[in-house]
Amino acid sequence: MSDVTTAQDRPDMVRFIKANIRDYALLLSLLAIMIFFQFTTGGTLFKPVNMTNLILQNSYIVIMALGMLLIIVAGHIDLSVGSVSGFVGAVAAVMMVNWKLDPLTTSVACLALGAVIGGAQGYFVAYYKIPAFIVTLAGMLVFKGLALTVLGGASVGPFPPSFQLLSSGFIPDVFGISGFNLLALVIGAIVTGVIVFFNFKERRNQQEHGLAEEPDVIFYGRNLLVAVAFLGFAILMASYKGLPNVLVVMFALIALFVFITTRTTFGRRVYAMGGNEKAAKLSGIDTERMTFMIFVIMGALAALAGLIFAARLNVATPKAGLGFELEVIAACFIGGAAVTGGVGKIIGAVIGAFIIGVMNNGMSILGVGIDWQQVIKGAVLMLAVFLDVYYKNKG
Amino acid sequence: MQPILEMRGITKTFPGVKALTDVNLSVMPAEIHAVVGENGAGKSTLMKVLSGVYPHGTYDGQIFFEGVERKFATIKDSEDTGVIIIHQELALVPLLSIAENIFLGHETATRGVIDWFEAFKRTQGLLKKVGLKEHPNTLITNIGTGKQQLVEIAKALNKSVKLLILDEPTSSLNETDSNALLTLLQEFKSQGISSVLITHKLNEVMKVADRITVIRDGRTVDTLDVTTGEVNEDRIIKAMVGRELTDRYPPRHAKVLDTIFEVKNWNVFHPLHAERQMIKNVSFEVKKGEVVGIAGLMGAGRTELAMSIFGGAYGQKITGEVRLHGKAIDVSTIPKAMDAGLAYATEDRKTFGLVLIDHIKHNVTLANLESVSARGVIDDLHELTVANKYRKDLAIRCSGVFQTTVNLSGGNQQKVVLSKWLFSGPEVLILDEPTRGIDVGAKYEIYGIINKLAEEGKAVIVISSEMPELLGISDRIYVMNDGRFVAEMPSKEATQEKIMRAIMKSWES
Repeated sequence: MSDVTTAQDRPDMVRFIKANIRDYALLLSLLAIMIFFQFTTGGTLFKPVNMTNLILQNSYIVIMALGMLLIIVAGHIDLSVGSVSGFVGAVAAVMMVNWKLDPLTTSVACLALGAVIGGAQGYFVAYYKIPAFIVTLAGMLVFKGLALTVLGGASVGPFPPSFQLLSSGFIPDVFGISGFNLLALVIGAIVTGVIVFFNFKERRNQQEHGLAEEPDVIFYGRNLLVAVAFLGFAILMASYKGLPNVLVVMFALIALFVFITTRTTFGRRVYAMGGNEKAAKLSGIDTERMTFMIFVIMGALAALAGLIFAARLNVATPKAGLGFELEVIAACFIGGAAVTGGVGKIIGAVIGAFIIGVMNNGMSILGVGIDWQQVIKGAVLMLAVFLDVYYKNKG
Repeated sequence: MQPILEMRGITKTFPGVKALTDVNLSVMPAEIHAVVGENGAGKSTLMKVLSGVYPHGTYDGQIFFEGVERKFATIKDSEDTGVIIIHQELALVPLLSIAENIFLGHETATRGVIDWFEAFKRTQGLLKKVGLKEHPNTLITNIGTGKQQLVEIAKALNKSVKLLILDEPTSSLNETDSNALLTLLQEFKSQGISSVLITHKLNEVMKVADRITVIRDGRTVDTLDVTTGEVNEDRIIKAMVGRELTDRYPPRHAKVLDTIFEVKNWNVFHPLHAERQMIKNVSFEVKKGEVVGIAGLMGAGRTELAMSIFGGAYGQKITGEVRLHGKAIDVSTIPKAMDAGLAYATEDRKTFGLVLIDHIKHNVTLANLESVSARGVIDDLHELTVANKYRKDLAIRCSGVFQTTVNLSGGNQQKVVLSKWLFSGPEVLILDEPTRGIDVGAKYEIYGIINKLAEEGKAVIVISSEMPELLGISDRIYVMNDGRFVAEMPSKEATQEKIMRAIMKSWES
C-alpha cells in the first residue's frame, strides 16, 4: 500500500518542482549568496547593524523595482527613474532648506511631482506610441540636467530632523527593555503569523476545490522557512535599534503590489496587455490608459525613492540617483521578468533587488573595488537571464 | 510539343491534414495557365512545392522543368532555374527605392561595393519592359500597389525568368492596373515566357488563359482548354465547387424573430491610405435568433467590416449608423461596443484572440473581469467556477483550466475564445472564420455552439470563406465583394454556384 502512494507522490513532487523551479531557484540563490558572504566576511553580514544597513541601502532600489516590474510586464522600460529620483530629491531640498516649507507638505508635493513626471512620459508612450526606451532616455537626460539646475550645481542640506526620520528613524519601542526592542519582535511575529495564516487559508481553499498541486512536504517546508526567516530577521532587528521606518514603508508597498498584481483587475490587465496587447485591446481593455497609469505609478515611486535617498544622505547632491535605473532594471530581470512582457512577479523583483543588494554589501565589506563589483554584478545579471532562457528553450 | 513544367502526382501532407493528393499540373512553353479553386483548395500549397518553399523530400511526386527532373531544396534553387513566384503579399522593402529593391540580394557589386550607375541603367531598362514610368530612385512606399506589382515583375525579369507564377496578382488592383498587368502577361507570352496565374476572377481567366487547371480539396479535378471555345464561367464554377454536401451540420431549431441589429450606410477607409475606401455603403440587419452568413473571397472586406463595427478596431473615417433594438448605439470604441452588447471573435485567434502565454482561466474572463470582481479585486474562486463552467459547456479538452492556451489544439483554442465572448454576455456575436484550421469533429461542435446561441435568442453573424459551411449553418447569406454587399439570399435558396456567380458578376459591373 505504502509503495503505491510513494510511487504516485514522487512524480508529483518532481513535476511540481520542475514547474516552479524558477521561483525556488531564485530564493535559493539569494540564500546561497547570503551564506557565502556570511562566511567570507567572517560573520559580519548577519550582524544586526549590517542587516539594518542593508535594508536602508536597498530600500529605494526595492521600491522602484516594484513599479519597474509593472512597466516591464506591460512590455515597456523606464530609463529615467534614477534621474527622476535625483531630481525630486533636489526639489525637496530646495523646498525645505531654501523655502523653509515643512517636511510633510514637501513630501506630498514631491510625490505628486513624481506622478506628474511619470504621467508626462507615459502620455507619450501610451497615446503617441513612442517607444518607452526613447521617451525615458530623453527623460533621463532632461531630469539629470534639471536636478543640476535646481541645486545650482551645489549640494543642498541639511534637512529638518523630522524629515531625516524617514530614513534614519526607527519605530519607537513601547516596552522599554534596554538593549532589546521587543516591539520589533512582536511585529515580526504578527507579520509571520498573518503570512502563514493566509498561506494555510489559501491551501484549504485549494484543497476544497481539488486544486492543491503543491506537495505537503514543500508546502510545510516553505512555511517553516518563511517563519524562520521572518522571526530570525525580527530578532536581528530587535537586538539593534528595532524596525527602521523605511522597512515598514517598503514592506507595506511590497504587500500592496503583490496584491495589485495577483488579485486585482488592474494587475490582470497589465499582464494581459504585456502578453498580447492586440488581444487585450480587442477584449475591451483600454491599453493606452493602462500604460499611462503604470508610468504615473512608476513616477510616484521614483519620487518616494528620491525622498528616502535624500533623507538618508541628509543632503541633496546633483549626483543623487546616478545609475539607479540600471540596478532597478537588473533586479527585475534577475527576478525572472521577461523583456517581451507578460511575465514577471513582484516577489521575484524584490528578491532580485536583494541579490544585488547583498552582493553590493558583501563585496564592500570584503573590500572589493567598485570596478570589480560592477564586473561581477554584470556577470550575475547575464548568468541569471541566460539560465532563464536556456531552461525555457530546453523545457 | 513538350511541356516546360510538369508536376506529377504531387502529394503533400501536414500533421493531421492532407493538403494535396496526387495533383498534376503541366504548363506548355509560351502559355498562360490559370489555376483556380476555392479558398483552401491547395493552390498556394502547390505553388510552394513548386518554388522550393517546401523542399524536395517533404512531398511525394516529381517535378520536371524543361524535361529534367528538379529537386529544389530552396527558393534560390528554383529561381536559378528560372521559376519565379510573385506572392500575394508583396515582398518589397517599402523604404528602399525601386532600383534597390530590384537588385536586393543580386547587387551590381564588385567586392561588396555597389555600382549604382549600372543598377540605375539596368533598372531603367527593366521598368521600360514592364511599362512602368517611374524614376528608379522612387521609394516603394510612394507608389501604388499596382505599380509595386510591376516592380516585382521587373525584379523577376532581372533574374531571367522562364516561368512566372503570380498568386492573386490583381486582387488588390483596380480595373486599369489589372488590365495593364494582364496585357503584360500576354506580351511575355509572345516572347516565350510562360505564366501560371492563380486567381479568383474568372472573367480574367477567360480573357487571357490558354488552359485552366481546377483544384478542389487538394486534388486536380479538371484541366480545361479555353481555346476550344467550349469553356465558360459556369463550367469552371461547377468544377470548383462540385462537392457533395453530406450531413456535416447539426440540426437547427432556432426561431427567427424580429430584427434586433441593424447597420446602415456603413463606410470605412483604409487605416493608412486614407483615400482607399474599404467598405462601401454597406447596410444589413440581423434578427433575434438568426444566424446570418457573410460570404466572399479573401480580401472582400468582411473582416474589415466586422472590425470597424466592433469599436472602430479597423479603419478610419468611419461613417454610418448601428442600431440595436431600433435604437442607435455608440460603437466608436471597443469598450462602448461591448457595453452596447456586441462581441467579435477574431479570425486570427493567435494574434488577436488569446494571451497565449496565459492559461485558460485568465483568457476566459479577460473581456469581463468586472463580473468576477468587486471594487477591482478579483474573486479567485468565482473566476474559477466561471472557467470550469465554460470548460464543461463547450467541452474544452484540456488538462484543466490552468493549462496554458498555447498548448491547446486549434479547435480548443477557438472554444476558449468563444467562452471569453459568451461570458461577456453579448446580444450580437460576430464570429470571423470560427472554424478556420480546425478539424471536422471540432467544427461540428462549434456549429452546435452557434446553433445554441441562436436558440438562446442571440443574433449571430458568421463570416466564413467556406461556402458549404455558410449554407449549412446560416438562415440568410449576404455576399460581399470588393467592400460591397452584392447579393442577399435565404440559405434555402442559396447554392455555391449562386454565390460564386454573384461575386463574379460584381467584378464585371
